[in-house]
Amino acid sequence: MSLFNVFQVSSSAMTAQSMRLNAVASNLANADSIVSADGQPYRAKQVVFEATPMGDAGDASRGVRVRQVVDDASPPRMVYDPKNPAADEKGYVAFPNVNVVEEMTNMISASRSYQTNVEVMNTAKTLMMHTLQIGQG
Amino acid sequence: MEPQMNPLTRDLEPLTKAIDLRAYRQQVLASNIANADTPNYKARDFDFKTAMHNAMAGQQSGGLPLVTTSGGHIAGGGGAGQPGLQYRADTQSAVDGNTVDMDTERAQIADNAIQYEILTRLISDRFSGMRAALANN
Repeated sequence: MSLFNVFQVSSSAMTAQSMRLNAVASNLANADSIVSADGQPYRAKQVVFEATPMGDAGDASRGVRVRQVVDDASPPRMVYDPKNPAADEKGYVAFPNVNVVEEMTNMISASRSYQTNVEVMNTAKTLMMHTLQIGQG
Repeated sequence: MEPQMNPLTRDLEPLTKAIDLRAYRQQVLASNIANADTPNYKARDFDFKTAMHNAMAGQQSGGLPLVTTSGGHIAGGGGAGQPGLQYRADTQSAVDGNTVDMDTERAQIADNAIQYEILTRLISDRFSGMRAALANN
């Protein structure tokens, strides 16, 4: 029954959106981490979504999966602060390339998409409940 | 069509075909919403009228019916296949090549859900009618 595929599709989208939200949380938390595990400043993480066939309907129902998590390629933010122990010989400190405004919009977008998918799932559930009630009235 | 079809189910035939198509469409629309943030995803849908017409004629959309040249041949209509999906014309182009318009999809999913519920009621009403006819008082 094709309505069951809606659950799979919407839940895959919810998983993907929550991973995106996870990346946003990580980026915002580390917006000022000038040293990460590899000794370099933290680099912003971005998730890449990919449409993938899901369920038994072949091409018709496509869910979402996270293909990869990439490091943001933009250069680090250079801040002049000669007193900082991490400053280079010219007095500049390399800060993470996290764009806070971009991350906030990402966060809102992810949470809205998550909500929409919950609604789609609820609609499918209502439809299935009404299907079960056929012939009972 | 089979010559001796149960008259009780014959009346239900168009309704069950329509509800199948509605369930299928719900899943296509759910895929569109799930992939609202997937780069290069193209929103898809199908024309309900054409799909319903093809389903009633017992042929797959785009498919050709088998030609019968002898009385012993079986008239194959390609089966009750799923309707062919088409890409939705995009309203506002996005930089990432995604053509999902959330407003359109939300409206369509609400519309489709209502149509589905109408069909469940209609099928229920048919059963009530049969039950009333079978009652012996």
